[in-house]
Amino acid sequence: MSWESFLYMGGYALYVWPAYGVTALVLLGNLFWPVWQRRQLLRQLTIKQKRSQVR
Amino acid sequence: MSWIPAPVSRFFHRTSSPPHFYALADRFIPWLTVIFLLLLGAGLYGGLYLAPTDYQQGDSYRIIYIHVPAAWMSLFIYVMMAVMGGIALIWRMKLAEVMLISSAPIGAGFTFVALVTGSLWGKPMWGTWWVWDARLTSELILLFLYLGVISLYGAIEEKRAAARAVSILALVGVVNIPIIHYSVQWWNTLHQGPTVSKMDKPSIHVSMLVPLLLMAVAFKFYYLIAVLQAAKLELLKRETSSQWVKALLEKQA
Repeated sequence: MSWESFLYMGGYALYVWPAYGVTALVLLGNLFWPVWQRRQLLRQLTIKQKRSQVR
Repeated sequence: MSWIPAPVSRFFHRTSSPPHFYALADRFIPWLTVIFLLLLGAGLYGGLYLAPTDYQQGDSYRIIYIHVPAAWMSLFIYVMMAVMGGIALIWRMKLAEVMLISSAPIGAGFTFVALVTGSLWGKPMWGTWWVWDARLTSELILLFLYLGVISLYGAIEEKRAAARAVSILALVGVVNIPIIHYSVQWWNTLHQGPTVSKMDKPSIHVSMLVPLLLMAVAFKFYYLIAVLQAAKLELLKRETSSQWVKALLEKQA
């Protein structure tokens, strides 16, 4: 099977690939959003802690 | 809890202490990710490439490899949330509250995916994006339940009180789960009946069934990874001023 016919999905490419695309976006979002948020929070907390040590 | 054997109870106390849980999550996430990626790779390869074209639905049926596992996860995660809600209400266990609220966006995500992929499958097969059929409607209600849990938790300032309210909502909403599951049998409408859960004789060929089950297990592992990540964030948010977070910051600096 060629790449072209694989991507063509028997004529249903416009339904199959968006379905897989939406799934990938939602799953990646739910996975990396908390990771990113945690990094932000840890950075803020570190800054706060350093300030309190200086005083 | 005298009826629980001492080692078991000790295990739960240790595991559910925030710093211990945080470290444990860090240790497990890489392994879970490796297993998830292997299952996902095998499932996608089997489903999109190896599995034959369906004689009735053509290649459009390949949406099944995400649609059905996502729909299963949407129910599974809600039941998990209700169980966590029960534990949180009875034993006041902080970690159960954290796991409940961390599960909600992931469950909402899977419910959304099930609805959208179903719509993208329905258009070429049924000729419509949406019908107010029992299965579709009850799944949409599930999405609103998830969003309700998320916004209720966000609306109450005091997080222990918020967790109690959310636990009750999760438990009440669980009546929707059997309705979704049996909807295709109770009301005979457009959505097709079960293909896999008739375990004695599933009406699906092995070459199509195996990738489906691989994807279903892959999504379970995804849930574990995502919920641990979200729980780590939630624990940090709740315990900013505690000793273990301070120690964590010092270790990182």
